[in-house]
Amino acid sequence: MLDVTVKKLQGTFLVDASFRTRGTGVTALHGRSGAGKTSVINMVAGLVRPDTGRIVVNGRTYFDSKNGIDIPPEKRRFGYIFQDGRLFSHLSVQSNLTYGMKLVPSSERFVAFDQVVEMLGIKHLLHRRPARLSGGEKQRVAIGRALLTSPHLMLMDEPLASLDGERKSEVLPFIARLPKEFSVPILYVSHSVEEILNLADNLVIMDSGRTIAMGEAQDLFDRFDLRSFAERCEMRAVVSVGT
Amino acid sequence: MSLSLWVSGWAVAGSLSPGIFLAWLLARKTFPGKVILDGLIHLPLVLPPVVTGYILLVLLGRKGYLGAWLYEALGVSFAFSWKGAAVASAVIAFPLLVRAVRLSIEGVDQGLEAAARTLGAGSVRVFFTITLPLSIPGILTGMILAFARSLSEFGATITFVSNIPGETRTLPLALYTLTQVPGGEEGAFRICVISIVLAMIALISSEALSRRMAFRIRG
Repeated sequence: MLDVTVKKLQGTFLVDASFRTRGTGVTALHGRSGAGKTSVINMVAGLVRPDTGRIVVNGRTYFDSKNGIDIPPEKRRFGYIFQDGRLFSHLSVQSNLTYGMKLVPSSERFVAFDQVVEMLGIKHLLHRRPARLSGGEKQRVAIGRALLTSPHLMLMDEPLASLDGERKSEVLPFIARLPKEFSVPILYVSHSVEEILNLADNLVIMDSGRTIAMGEAQDLFDRFDLRSFAERCEMRAVVSVGT
Repeated sequence: MSLSLWVSGWAVAGSLSPGIFLAWLLARKTFPGKVILDGLIHLPLVLPPVVTGYILLVLLGRKGYLGAWLYEALGVSFAFSWKGAAVASAVIAFPLLVRAVRLSIEGVDQGLEAAARTLGAGSVRVFFTITLPLSIPGILTGMILAFARSLSEFGATITFVSNIPGETRTLPLALYTLTQVPGGEEGAFRICVISIVLAMIALISSEALSRRMAFRIRG
């Protein structure tokens, strides 16, 4: 069970999000840009502290303002994939991959190095520097790096947004395989309906800092006629940027 | 000349870790009194070195407030020894070191530090495995600048530890001494040349080193 209730005032923007979904498979957090998705995922990661709220993932409490619980990000063991990869440029691909893995006691590791390298097809890149990788390769290494910490949950913030169409299809299938192959749940932030149609089991929709709907992805798609909803959102976004 | 290098070497070595720590503090943290701390660090840059030297004499001289205590408790004395000269150089060069390192740390993407934390690294580990290695070019530049500034230190040194041959008579002090005696021109000229050569070596190697490091870090 993914049980998240967070409230935070950021300047004049209030994030007031609450959702509860199954703690397996891919949960997509969807909404147009500026809806507060990244703020929510950063709060789940522990990088941003909510003013009030509760974050519980599969029975473990990571944040609870009432009981004064706030586990720091390095102790949460949530693998976070950022939009811009954020590989460590001074380390080789291999050292990037093992950076987090080495900090996890071997008795708690359930993801094997060779298996990840094999699945992501990055074996030939191990001795390169991140600067010499393509965008798609960078994101695959970033996925490997997060996965190798044997995470309780993977967080992905628009992991494909900086890639062009072809590179997207180079990364998307790997993400789709993660929940089954490694039994790691994923919280996936995206404004792209296409990605969500491909990946999501559960869906949470956000607008102006609030969660406005949640449930099984297929149900919501039918109920909300999501394609046109998203198109309207994108139209609105274009209009508001234009003015 | 070797005394000069020795004194400057110690000045840089001694101020390196506090310099990096303060630079990190100024670059990454907000706390009350930050402006004052920043000011204090930069003070030796704008004060006449003689004033800095005099303050050091009052504080750290054998009868100074701190100096007397240090001498009695630990038997350490900076007065009129090369150690004092190193302290004087370190204080004068400190702002240059901190400035260079601070700029470099500010240039490190905080997103990378956040990424490292989500990978399980606590803030100390993040500092030593991410922030520090990525700011090495700036640290090297800062060290070389501080070293060069130490070599040229005159006012604070002569005020604090005087001009004792073989103990505190660094290159600039030796040059000054030679200009005070008749027939010293030849020696003074030699010291001039040595100083220029040392300064050029410092500047060129700083440039070359930081370029190479930047290249290695960016990959």
